[in-house]
This record gives sequence, C-alpha cells and structure tokens, in this order.
Amino acid sequence: MMSDKIIPTIPPELEPFFAAAKEGRLEVQRCVSCGTLRFPARSLCATCLSTQSEWTPVSGRGEVYSFFWMHQVYHPAFAAEVPYAVVVVQLEEGPRLTTNILDCAKDELRVGLPVEVTFEERGPDVRLPQFRPRRA
Amino acid sequence: MQPTKTAIAGLGITDQGKVYGKSAVGFAVEAIRLALEDAGLETQDLDGVLVNPGLSWGLSGSMGSFAVQQAMGITDLTLSASVSLGGASAGAMIMQAALAIEAGMASTVACVFADAPLKQPQPTSASRKKSSGTASAYAHAGGLEAAYGVFGVNGRYALVAQRHMHEFGTTQDQLGAIAVSERAFAQGNPAAQFCGKPLTMDDYHASRWVTEPFHLLDCCLVSNGGVAVIVTSAERAKDLRRLPVHVRGMAQAHPGGDPLETLSSGAVQAGKAALDMADVGLDDIQFCELYDCYTFTVLVTLEDYGFCKKGEGGAFVESGRIGPGGDLPTNTGGGQLSSFYMWGMTPISEAVIQIRGDGGERQVRKHELGLVSGNGGILSTHSTLIVSTSAS
Ligand SMILES: [Zn+2]
Repeated sequence: MMSDKIIPTIPPELEPFFAAAKEGRLEVQRCVSCGTLRFPARSLCATCLSTQSEWTPVSGRGEVYSFFWMHQVYHPAFAAEVPYAVVVVQLEEGPRLTTNILDCAKDELRVGLPVEVTFEERGPDVRLPQFRPRRA
Repeated sequence: MQPTKTAIAGLGITDQGKVYGKSAVGFAVEAIRLALEDAGLETQDLDGVLVNPGLSWGLSGSMGSFAVQQAMGITDLTLSASVSLGGASAGAMIMQAALAIEAGMASTVACVFADAPLKQPQPTSASRKKSSGTASAYAHAGGLEAAYGVFGVNGRYALVAQRHMHEFGTTQDQLGAIAVSERAFAQGNPAAQFCGKPLTMDDYHASRWVTEPFHLLDCCLVSNGGVAVIVTSAERAKDLRRLPVHVRGMAQAHPGGDPLETLSSGAVQAGKAALDMADVGLDDIQFCELYDCYTFTVLVTLEDYGFCKKGEGGAFVESGRIGPGGDLPTNTGGGQLSSFYMWGMTPISEAVIQIRGDGGERQVRKHELGLVSGNGGILSTHSTLIVSTSAS
C-alpha cells in the first residue's frame, strides 16, 4: 500500500531496522552481552550497560498495549488520515513499539487486541513497519 | 530531615493568557518586579535569580537567568541558574533557593517562570494561516515518531490514560469530573482565563476530541505571561510586608522506567519524603495544588500521594471531595486547565494565595497546610512542596 504520509529520514542507528523492513522483516536490537531485546534503538543496554548490540528478527506478533486516536492535524501529510490510531504494541518477545494500526475499525481497537506486523510503502525506498489485527 | 527555615515572601503574577507586546524575558522581568513589590523589596535586594524558561525562549533559555539579570540591571548575584525539568522546574527552583539560603550562599532569591508562545492574531487570513498561536507551538517533530503521526505530548499522556482505563476501569466521566471541578473553582478566580465561563459535564463531553480519550477540555490552556516568587529565610520573611508562606517540606523524585508500565509518577516517593521533612501526615493536608497538564495527571497524582489506592483515583475525583466544598479542595484557582498555564508556577502561586487567605470567593476554609506538586515530561520528573502558615 502506497501512502502520502511522511517519508521518514532514517537516522544511522535505524538503518538496520529499515533495511530489514524493506525485506519484510521486523527486527529489534539485542544486547550481545546479556541478550536483552530492546526498541527504540539505544547505544547502551539498560540491563548490563554493554555497548555491543546486534539486530535480530522477531515474530512480528503481539498485542495492543495502549492506544489513542489522533484527531489533531499537526502535519499536512496526515490531514486526510484523522482520526488515525497510534498504538503501542507489546511484542511477544518483550519490546514495545509505538506504531499505527491499519485495517482496523474504530470499535474493533482495544487494549489486548492480537496484532501482527505489516509493511507500509512510504516512497520508493522505505517500507515502514505497521500493525494490523491478527485474524484467525 | 527537618522543615526548611525558608519561606516565600513575595508573589508576582502578570496578566495571563492572550496578552501580547512582551517577550518571555519581558514577562519574567514584570513578574519579578510584581513579586518584589508584593514583598516590599527592591531589585538590588536580590542576590539570586532562578529561571524556568518556557518553550518560547528557545536556545536563549539555557542562559535565561543571565538574560533576566541583565534586563533588570541587577549586579553581584551569588546564585543564578536556568532550571529545566519541565513542570517540576518551579518546585525544583524553590528547593534550590531554599538550599542556597540555608547554606548561606544567597539570602533573597527570585524564582520565575515566563513564556510567550501565543502570537498576536494578524488581520489578514494569509498571515493567520501560519500562526503558531495554538497548542501546535508545543509540537515536537521527530524522525520515526513523525512517520507514525505522533506529534506533541497530548498523545503520550493519552496512552498512559488509556492503559489506566484498561487496568482499573477509569472512565471518561471521571476525567471529566476533574475538568468540571477545576472550572468551578475558576469561577472564583478573576485572574483565570475561564472565569465567567462555567462548565457542565455535558459541555465536557461535547468538547472536541484531541487525542482520544482526551477531549480538548482534558488538556491545559496555553498562556502568555509570567509568575515569580521571592524566597528568603523564614527569619527575614517575618519582617517583610506579607504573611510568610513557609516551605515546610520539599522533595524531588524522578522515577525513570516506563510510565505506561507503572502508571504512576514521582509523587509516590517525593510525597513521603516531603511529608517526613515537614513532620506532618497525609491526613494533615488541607488542600492540594496539583500539576494538571491533563485531567488525568491530577487523578494519578492523587493516587500516588496515597489519598486513595492505585486504581481508585477515578472514584475519588468523582466523589466531589476535590471540588468546592469538598474535604480535599484541589486546584482551587482553576489549575492549568481553567486558570492559566504557567507550568509549575500555576500550582505554587495558588498555594501562596490560599495560605495567605487571599483567595476571595474561592478561599478554602482550612488553609494552614497545603501540598503542591510539579510534574514534567510524561510523568518523568516530579517535585513536591509542603507549604504552611507556620514554620513548624
Ligand atoms: Zn545487556
């Protein structure tokens, strides 16, 4: 799905995240020293303070931990989208991601809703990890 | 720990809200001038200036206290700093002033917040289009967040509120009860931006969604203006014009971690510490002035101090106890939801007014001991003050 929404400028620490997304994989950081998974990307492990980390694929499955419906237009690229949902997804593997939910009716969205990753085309070079309801 | 031997001796509140013609520094200077006048002091009596720069200061905020010093022509300060802990800054400034006074590093310290995010509306529609005279002046754009359409702080708090609603069954009506209660108090505060505009629960529900579950009326105002207080020793304050507002207890707590998980603030830790220092119990507190960037922040802070159990804040605020005539009047001037948005200085200024008995129509009956909170970030930074008519 192509979108007119913002094409993110990719900071160096998120290059592996977007490289994986382009190939259809959701990846998070893993501390090489103690194995703790983390996202957003950080240079330091909050558990053992190690600076050594790598990117590792995760299932892309999780559930909605919290959410809100954005009714304000802060950026013209989102003017046609409001209200849209911003969700915090709790991944099965532990880390939580702040993303959107696609293909989800307003009365369907709730805390605890099972979701899975999907990818949204943002311009020719970027696929943005997004989530959608996981349906049996 | 012992109660501090310091007091607030002066209060200055400039015109608030849609007032123009001054920069943020200009509002800061005006607020300090009013606070000095209130205390019966002169500019050159100050040896300390602490500034909490609002967002409109931009980069100049990092040297904000020097900017204010120069603008007022004050020489020979022995204490100067910009304090940036968001809504916890005002409380933290008073603590820094009290510590410096007790250490003998300063005797008379002005603590000020000022901001000028609202621009005067222009007559032509072309110039109005790009006006920053709204809450969008507070928007933060970022790489990944912007890609997901996450702008501003409203949504971040809404996420915590939504999770609280999920875990504890907190309702929209309970958030609304806080908005309605504070608006009722604002009717007795001529300085409040919403004085003369009462609010019903129906009005609350009818106000537009911002970041659902937050209505517009769950969110604080945006204001131009400044508020300053003068902190000095309790001994010296006795000889000044106004009744001293003693700083009995003070504490900070910055919990770290993820508020989405804890659903609580630094009030848990700082509340206990400040009450210990003041040598009083929670039951002794007669009124509260709680940081209210959102209705929800008040609910969480009441829980965190222990006025009710975690998760029972909704029922507590719905009971009417925090409103006019309640046994724990809270945000008695209308708070930042209904009076003016001067960050941590809004609750502090109202506490000073109440302790002095200057509250007019909104004056609470018992006003010897009050609790004041400050909160910054997403429940990230926190300050608690216990203020009193008496030193111990
Ligand atoms: Zn580690």
